[in-house]
Amino acid sequence: MKLSRLGYLIKSGFTGIFSHGLMSFATVTITMACLIIMGSFGLLVVNINEMIASLEEENEVVCFIDESLTEEEARAVEPLIEAVANVSGADFVTREEAMSDFQDDYDPALFESLDPSVFRHRYIIHLTDISLMESTKAALEDVDGVAKVNAHLDYAEAFVTVRNVVSIVSLALIVILLVVSLFIMNNTIKLATFTRREEIAIMRMVGASNGFIRCPFIIEGLVLGLIGSLLAFGIEWALYSLLINEVVGGVAAALISLLPFSAVMWPLLIAFTGIGVIVGVVGGSSAIRNYLKV
Amino acid sequence: MVQMNSVKMVYDSSGTEALHGVDLDIHDGEFVFLVGPSGSGKTTIIKLLTGEVHASSGEITVNGFDMMRIKQRKLPFLRRTLGVIFQDFRLIDKMTVYDNVAFAMRVVGASNSEIRERVPYVLELVGLKGREKRYPRELSGGEQQRVAIARALVNSPRMIIADEPTGNLDPVRSLELMLLLEKINELGTTLLVVTHEKELVNAFSKRVVAIQDGKIISDGMDGYFSYEIE
Ligand SMILES: Nc1ncnc2c1ncn2[C@@H]1O[C@H](COP(=O)(O)OP(=O)(O)O)[C@@H](O)[C@H]1O
Ligand SMILES: [Mg+2]
Repeated sequence: MKLSRLGYLIKSGFTGIFSHGLMSFATVTITMACLIIMGSFGLLVVNINEMIASLEEENEVVCFIDESLTEEEARAVEPLIEAVANVSGADFVTREEAMSDFQDDYDPALFESLDPSVFRHRYIIHLTDISLMESTKAALEDVDGVAKVNAHLDYAEAFVTVRNVVSIVSLALIVILLVVSLFIMNNTIKLATFTRREEIAIMRMVGASNGFIRCPFIIEGLVLGLIGSLLAFGIEWALYSLLINEVVGGVAAALISLLPFSAVMWPLLIAFTGIGVIVGVVGGSSAIRNYLKV
Repeated sequence: MVQMNSVKMVYDSSGTEALHGVDLDIHDGEFVFLVGPSGSGKTTIIKLLTGEVHASSGEITVNGFDMMRIKQRKLPFLRRTLGVIFQDFRLIDKMTVYDNVAFAMRVVGASNSEIRERVPYVLELVGLKGREKRYPRELSGGEQQRVAIARALVNSPRMIIADEPTGNLDPVRSLELMLLLEKINELGTTLLVVTHEKELVNAFSKRVVAIQDGKIISDGMDGYFSYEIE
């Protein structure tokens, strides 16, 4: 493309933005607001998932072996336990190891006289999906040689339920807000095409290509979308940092752990600019379509 | 060059049959008046030639483009071979005379140096030298129509099509404008001029095609006499 054409296209794209400044401002603001809401819910889901993942690591299920079994016999149960659905791994712990762990955690003097026989051999079980904890627990209890299974059922299930609800709500919100952004963008660019309908008619009459006619409006959409997404990114950054400070300083720190912003920065920036560009280009090109039919 | 064979045109929106069986040949270099009463189908013929509407049946060829089968994305290339002028000038109010003409070149990809060379030449040809920096609202109707002619001419089309170009002008300006179109024809561009001004047509000895109710009722060199507006 010749330089003078490129210059013309970019210049007229920007002229459009200023010639109807109020609509452009509204579009940027609404795109930005939509992105911030989308981003906040997205970050919420990411953080809940992160917490569930660490729960899955920390919150072990403990499977106690019947006291009557010897160490060899207890070790022989391992393949049976690993065969249970949803079990991703099982680590054997002897009663002597269990006792020393216990003594490490508490005052050793208290337990000096303790005989290892009060402890049972046990397996530490890792699960693939903690939401299935209840059925897995029942299945483990049915394994021969297993005396008792300890698991924190309610805790795990509550988390997974929260995650599922938040995910569905977030997804629905993101779809709705995406449609809203596209609608607003489409209308703004439609207004731009309307104010320049005479120019468009003349361009068509003298034989400008459709791509050439469309270009300034797509540039306009693109620029508005990008401005909106970069502003949204900045504000999201500020809000998230504020939240992290609150959590770290406050009582909530014991219950909630948040990912640092640096961990979510790039995905967030890419998602925001990606959505901004898509909203701008799709909204822009759909707005001009009617003018290019014949 | 234009070839129309048995062209029928029905507007889907109203069901109006605007043309029923039009045959018309225009050769390169010709000057043709297309005359007829209001509603007879003159503008419809022009829209068929520029690809703004599609014929219901028949055959149409314009400057080598088969209008019955032309692809949408090829239309711009057809349109670059045509210059179109309307009764209402259709200038861009916020652009100067110079920019209105340069705009037509820029949007089909001319370079700045081509534009700087060609626009002054065309403006001089249509008699607008010295008016470059004026805006359309500062010009008379005749001058505005000359800007439109300059714009139609600037991309060197093979043919210029004018739909009632003198409809908004007084008789003297109309004659001047027609003389300008004649001069452009003499420089080699084919001209198709739609009008229903009898005196104006008869002031020139050109080929006159008369249309009534969507049919061509006469075609020849004997002026506007052969048919009457009722
Ligand atoms: N866009 C349209 N939709 C429906 N009918 C139309 C349209 N344009 C023209 N017509 C009809 O077609 C006929 C011819 O119109 P037109 O070609 O504009 O005539 P002219 O230019 O000779 O005055 C008229 O009856 C008119 O009402
Ligand atoms: Mg007409």
